[in-house]
Amino acid sequence: MSVYPHNFAYTDSERPVPTVVRDALAPRFSVVPAARARTLRRTWLDTFDWRLHRAGLTLECVAGRGPAKLVLSGTAGERITATVNGTRWPVLAEGLPRGPLQDRLKGLTAVRALLPAAKAASTVSEFRLCNTDDKTVAWLTVDLLHPAQPSAEDPPARLSLTAVRGYQAQADRIAQCLAAQPGMFRGAPPPLDAVLATVGHAPGEYTNKVDVELSATMPAQTALAAVLLRLLDTLEANVAGTIRDIDTEFLHDLRVSVRRTRTALKLGAGLLPDGLAAEYRPEFKWLGDLTTPTRDLDVHLLGFAAGAAGLTSADPADLAPFHDYLAQRRTTEQRRLARALRSARFTALTAAWRSALTSLTPPRRGPDAAHAAARIIGRAHRRVLTRGGAIGAGSPPEQLHDLRKRCKELRYALEFFASLHDPPVRRRAVRELKGLQDCLGTYQDCQVQQQEIRAVAADLLACGVPAATLLAMGDLASHVGQRERRARSEFSGRFATFASREARARFAVLAAGARS
Amino acid sequence: MKIIATYNIKGGVGKTAAAVNLSHLAASGGMRVLLADLDPQAATSFLFRVRPRVKGGGAALIRGSRDLDKAIKGTDFDGLDLLPADFTFRNLDLILDATKRPTQRLVRLLRPLKASYDVVFLDCPPGISLLSESVLYAADLVLAPIIPTTLSLRTLDQLTEFIGGLDGHRPAVLAFFSMIDRRKRLHKEIAERLPAERDDVAATAIPALSMIERMAVERSPVTAFAPRSAAARGYAGLWAEVRARLG
Repeated sequence: MSVYPHNFAYTDSERPVPTVVRDALAPRFSVVPAARARTLRRTWLDTFDWRLHRAGLTLECVAGRGPAKLVLSGTAGERITATVNGTRWPVLAEGLPRGPLQDRLKGLTAVRALLPAAKAASTVSEFRLCNTDDKTVAWLTVDLLHPAQPSAEDPPARLSLTAVRGYQAQADRIAQCLAAQPGMFRGAPPPLDAVLATVGHAPGEYTNKVDVELSATMPAQTALAAVLLRLLDTLEANVAGTIRDIDTEFLHDLRVSVRRTRTALKLGAGLLPDGLAAEYRPEFKWLGDLTTPTRDLDVHLLGFAAGAAGLTSADPADLAPFHDYLAQRRTTEQRRLARALRSARFTALTAAWRSALTSLTPPRRGPDAAHAAARIIGRAHRRVLTRGGAIGAGSPPEQLHDLRKRCKELRYALEFFASLHDPPVRRRAVRELKGLQDCLGTYQDCQVQQQEIRAVAADLLACGVPAATLLAMGDLASHVGQRERRARSEFSGRFATFASREARARFAVLAAGARS
Repeated sequence: MKIIATYNIKGGVGKTAAAVNLSHLAASGGMRVLLADLDPQAATSFLFRVRPRVKGGGAALIRGSRDLDKAIKGTDFDGLDLLPADFTFRNLDLILDATKRPTQRLVRLLRPLKASYDVVFLDCPPGISLLSESVLYAADLVLAPIIPTTLSLRTLDQLTEFIGGLDGHRPAVLAFFSMIDRRKRLHKEIAERLPAERDDVAATAIPALSMIERMAVERSPVTAFAPRSAAARGYAGLWAEVRARLG
């Protein structure tokens, strides 16, 4: 049993670690190798958007002799392990061996797959540090990491000194001696950070948020170009994962980047040089339309189990042919999408778009970012209020669908200029808008799903599926219909909250001014 | 948390060797083990290279002015910790006598360690005293090494009688033959006969082997420095029987 460790990074490659440690500790302590050095193959895993890292967790697959082991460790001392046999990455948490580790990961990763974030070979040597009675008072682990990427240089050797219980004072003395050695630095970064740093990266780098730091006084065109470039980065970051179909969120993030780009081109058209927005809007519409069929099917399939579980008069198993049909269609649509993302048209679009954005020269005259943000947000907000206010009990679904799009435009506008606003005011405004968006989203998704069920039922009938399947689909459609009606009935309340005097005042603050 | 006491009224019968090797075997098997060296001679502490000293001495531990937890030292073996002896442990009887309900004192001191350990071995000094009463009150199992001689068997009877006469908690007793000299016919005869006749005598016997004496030179359990030796195999057999008794 031992207590907290001292960690060091050793940067001097001339003198081997055991020699340095021996020289530093003699004659009060001796250094005894505890076992032969072992080499481990280490693969750090996380979701593409670093959900584990953000939760303070590190997941590692360690392979040496014998079966590979998955180790989940947390900054708060949490540690769960599981043996994995032949698991190939990427994999969803459901694909991991059942047990506490899978249970812990399922909720965190949800629809995102675990994929390798970094790989390295690790040569681990353990030493006993003994007092003059030859009693072990501390353990020293030396870890030499060799990143898998050939271009990467090895990070500094990592030393971890752990006191044996009851010998913390001696271990502290040893730590002091080690810290005094040239090239020895206290506090080695976690191994994942060290390996990623060798190739100029860091954990948690990817986010699908529009995290662009703008200033109120910068030219509006420069601000918009920065936002659009950030969106292009996110779009491109998700292309490979969408083509490989690693998980459904790659397409989601790609699609959101396209939609945000289209919104920025629409709302900020006047800020860009003449004709630029008009030239690219049709191309991004093409890209957005390409993603729709697969994403609609993803939404349907992701909610399928919950929908099936809610059937009242049919057996969920009767829906299997329907599920298979959707899954098959998704495979076809996904292939079509992947082909388009590999096409010359797509490659040319992203390359030309990047080149157009990076070659923009700020105009001599024009609004600054704060004014442009105020105008864009104000206009988008007014549009939502006008269109929403025109919706009554008998309004057709198209009107709600249109309002949903306007809400998205307003939300994206708030995201683009987030760095110009006071976070508490913006968060509150977004919360109210989100409440309205969720309601409209559910309504729209239910509509799409009902249409899908009807269309598929006709196809399946022609294929001669059992009557039980069609009955179950009818049951499912009825439940989806109930959810749709519930969302429709909630609309007026949600809109009233959004359009309330207090909420309008918050938007007025956002539209009126920005932090300099 | 199970508490096993290696105890005999008679001294020099292999209590410490049993406690050291069985605790090492238990820890090697994945158990979290604490070995408490209650004998002021501190042989167990010596074998694990731990200085026989407890800050504040036995009085601080028994009176509770020093946490037992803070006196514990890690050994060189994973999962095996040691409460070292202290020369003041020679006065444990007197210290206990000055406390309320002295026989319950030890079990109370050990109670907070319940979450930290699966098994606690108490290596006791010989004799019948207030400390031994306290140990017997705390223990789930008393592991009593006996030398196969008529006199030693008499002490086993004395021990079982003594335990039988205790009020309240009475630990299970498992005696085992220790320091058996296979060349002596009497040793062989008794070691074979008694386990068949009495269910409180283990079938495994620990022979008198120089390898066990070597522990003092190696300052390590024989099960660690000579795991394939006859001595280590003997202790492994005994540990299997003890585990079966503990359930």
